[in-house]
Amino acid sequence: MSVKKKSRVNDFVIRIANVNGTGSASANTLLMKSIFRMGIPVTGKNFFPSNIQGLPTWYEIRVTKDSYLARSGEVDIMVAMNAETYQKDLDEVSPGGVLIYDSSWPRDTFDHRSDIQILGVPLARMCNEHFSNARARILMKNISYVGALAALLEIDLEIIKSLLTETFASKANLIDSNMEAIKLGYDFARENFSCPLETRTKKMNKTKGHIMIDGNTAAGLGCVYAGATVGAWYPITPSTSLMDAFKFFSEKLRRNNETGERDYIMIQAEDELAAIGMVLGANWNGARSFTSTSGPGISLMSEFLGLAYYAELPAVLFDVQRVGPSTGMPTRTQQCDILSAAYASHGDTKHIILFPSNPKECFEMAKEAFDLADLFQTPVFVLTDLDIGMNDWMSEELTWDDKYTPNKGKVLNASQLEKIEKFYRYLDSDGDGVTYRTYPGIHPKGAYFVRGSGHNKFGGYTEDSAEYQEVLDRLVKKFETASNKVPKPEITKCKKKTKSAIISLGSCDYAVLEAMDELSEKGIHFDYLRLKAFPFSKEVVSFIHEYESLFIVEQNRDAQLKSLLVIETDYPKKCMHSVLNYSGLPISSGSIVNEIEKIIDKGQAA
Amino acid sequence: MSYISKPKIDHGGLRKNKLGLTIQDYEGGMSTLCAGCGHDSITAAICQAFFELDIPPHRVAKLSGIGCSSKTPAYFLGQSHGFNSVHGRMPSVATGTSAANRQINVIGVSGDGDSLSIGLGQFAHAMRRNINMTYLIENNGVYGLTKGQFSASADIGSKLKKGELNEQPPIDPVQMALSQGATFVARGFSGDKKQLVPLLKAAIKHNGFGLIDILSPCVTFNDHEDSTKSYAHTREFFHPAVHLDYIPPAKEIKTAYDQGEAMPIEMHDGSRVVLRKLDKGYNFENRGQALDYVRAKHRDGEIVTGLLYIDESEPDMHTINATSDTPLSELEFKRLCPGSSALKEIQKRFI
Ligand SMILES: Cc1ncc(C[n+]2csc(CCOP(=O)(O)OP(=O)(O)O)c2C)c(N)n1
Ligand code: SF4
Ligand SMILES: [Mg+2]
Repeated sequence: MSVKKKSRVNDFVIRIANVNGTGSASANTLLMKSIFRMGIPVTGKNFFPSNIQGLPTWYEIRVTKDSYLARSGEVDIMVAMNAETYQKDLDEVSPGGVLIYDSSWPRDTFDHRSDIQILGVPLARMCNEHFSNARARILMKNISYVGALAALLEIDLEIIKSLLTETFASKANLIDSNMEAIKLGYDFARENFSCPLETRTKKMNKTKGHIMIDGNTAAGLGCVYAGATVGAWYPITPSTSLMDAFKFFSEKLRRNNETGERDYIMIQAEDELAAIGMVLGANWNGARSFTSTSGPGISLMSEFLGLAYYAELPAVLFDVQRVGPSTGMPTRTQQCDILSAAYASHGDTKHIILFPSNPKECFEMAKEAFDLADLFQTPVFVLTDLDIGMNDWMSEELTWDDKYTPNKGKVLNASQLEKIEKFYRYLDSDGDGVTYRTYPGIHPKGAYFVRGSGHNKFGGYTEDSAEYQEVLDRLVKKFETASNKVPKPEITKCKKKTKSAIISLGSCDYAVLEAMDELSEKGIHFDYLRLKAFPFSKEVVSFIHEYESLFIVEQNRDAQLKSLLVIETDYPKKCMHSVLNYSGLPISSGSIVNEIEKIIDKGQAA
Repeated sequence: MSYISKPKIDHGGLRKNKLGLTIQDYEGGMSTLCAGCGHDSITAAICQAFFELDIPPHRVAKLSGIGCSSKTPAYFLGQSHGFNSVHGRMPSVATGTSAANRQINVIGVSGDGDSLSIGLGQFAHAMRRNINMTYLIENNGVYGLTKGQFSASADIGSKLKKGELNEQPPIDPVQMALSQGATFVARGFSGDKKQLVPLLKAAIKHNGFGLIDILSPCVTFNDHEDSTKSYAHTREFFHPAVHLDYIPPAKEIKTAYDQGEAMPIEMHDGSRVVLRKLDKGYNFENRGQALDYVRAKHRDGEIVTGLLYIDESEPDMHTINATSDTPLSELEFKRLCPGSSALKEIQKRFI
């Protein structure tokens, strides 16, 4: 059990259980944004089915004055709108919590939950009486629970109204009907319950300079800012909205108003094999090109990734991870492609990976990924996940340095080619493992042959062992050079001296930080290193060797990050302890605390 | 591995084109294919077509998949960038190439295995997108490089060297292209350079996907008596339906053509191709009838060749996308990056 918070003001979790396809998404966004505009840190997570209409869906809003943006693992207020999951939803309310349900139909199964407060609001009945249109009745039922919550949690009605006004700017009648629905719930709650609850909101001033954004939108926008011009992909949840964002912003920002000319092209490929082929073709020609996909797509791209690694072609791949193996649970989150990304393809291959942990890093790492891909002439993965990619995160505002120019690395232009005697594609003249390349069409002297078959340092075909090995060994050197150029890890030291450290990455970050706070209240102290990239830099390697034990927190069954550390460092395996979550739901701080306590209790680590 | 010397080139020697280049400037490395392989004759025809079109070799991107046929880009246009991709996936790399650089001449070389089996999907989709490229299938009815298994273009009744009989119907890329809406559909024969070179020129100049299925006998695995893709068989059943003249820009059409029997077509750069019926039954203005004709002749065992269908008016990928005329790869970063003040504005929607 994690520590129970004392104050319930601005520190609780609302979970709304609903049926997908009933318009609940807009009600939930309205609720979350209203709280955000009250200056209170908030985060929203959607647990949705792989289905278009009619299956259970949950939305979880965490109101968190201390800006703990992960899941806590608690449910303080449950809004049970789905009869089908009602029993389960009732059971999941944390002790001391509140259940709000639609009392249009009687329920008599509360007996075993005397530890929670149960509030019935006849939402359906009120909406049926008030609205005549059948579809409106369903939609408004959802909006009206926002009204009830507004009364119970003391959410500012004016803010709700202004949000509705912005959303339905051109449809005044919709603003009115939505406000009517809000009032139905609001008035009922005020008349029948003592409002507000102990668990409630109170205006703060902690969201200034922040936005609410999901990682896919941020990454798509990041690609526009990084100067990407060719996007090729095959639709797959949860990556699709990344390309949608790239298209949306490109249409706004990259299209000539007068001529209609586009400074970009997006190609919906026939499959992921074609998508990555297109990306390689475009990068070969010097355009910044990328794809976005998820695990199954990476599997299909593997053959081409080996070619890109060996023939040394830049490419940027966003892998928004979802639950595997196979189709798995495609609308649930996991960090299960770490190993398959690191070593994708046949033969000896290794790839650079970036691990953003929130939308802001998705935005920033887009340009870093393109720079690294160009600098090292190799594929670069940006490994996010469904939680980062599709959920609503409070994020610091995105910023851009106008002085930034893309680093295209070692590319010879026409006048440089003119001066040299002969150009050899794979000759390491600087000793850093990185060789010079040329773009097609620039100069006759720049011509070379991209091939996945054996080649020597001059770029010629070879089946000679020594010549082949020479190139393969240089690629190792190139990877070592890259390890000094990838983003450095983020290190958080606790106030006490400790011999244990947590290692984690990506969307685990906020949960880890919160768990560390909880654990230190209990006298258990950790330092923390968050990986931002593979290959591991020397900072990572020297950090881990300072500790007697490592707790590796990740979201997959097989401890893939731990495996990667075992393979790539000589830190003793027996001193690594895994904290795993592969439920498909984003990892919670509470579960990390529990797991770590279990490991310590078993005496496996100090 | 065997080596052959380069085939003699008609207009070789020291003749120079408008760029002051000789045919040698359009040649590539020494071929490592079997002596007599049809693919080598196609290589020679490609050199000649680019030479005669006065295209600077470095303004060409040459791509291929995997196979004996796909090795050939190493043997032509030594001053062009080349990309030997993976098996069956050349079309996607060519698509990316064209996407990034709409000004470069893209030529892709593939085999019947490469395009009609493992790569059938990519082949079809490149055609559907009308990528501005020249697409050659060097068709020998077998997988040469993996030592002679049947490919999907093998005809019913055709036998492998050791006697194995093919009983499955072939996939004919020409029929497929015609029915799928390809904008340039041609068939040639590696043994008939007189027909092939003008076909290549027209395909290179075509604004869109220019397909030429080129029968190209594999002397090692599929040139025996029971094969329908041998030199002897192809020569015997070779049926040119359309004659094609390629006329460079600003050159007058001198030959007189009979009304209704010839069709001049204006290409994008002002050059023209003139199609002339060799078979009165052929109607090159109607896709459906062209398809019927090819199909009927195939039933009779004849191999219809020539430029069988062309449509210069269909938009290519970039026209549909309204891509900037300047290649995307050449756009300045200033023009691409919206900058910090735009970012502030954008983020208002996220509050
Ligand atoms: C993924 C993959 N599978 C199988 C192969 C083996 N392979 C190489 S070439 C080839 C067939 C080539 O046939 P075709 O395209 O007709 O070329 P040809 O050699 O006849 O000119 C095959 C199956 C490969 N290179 N890659
Ligand atoms: S095996 Fe056949 S296709 Fe390959 S090089 Fe020899 S003759 Fe040509
Ligand atoms: Mg073949």
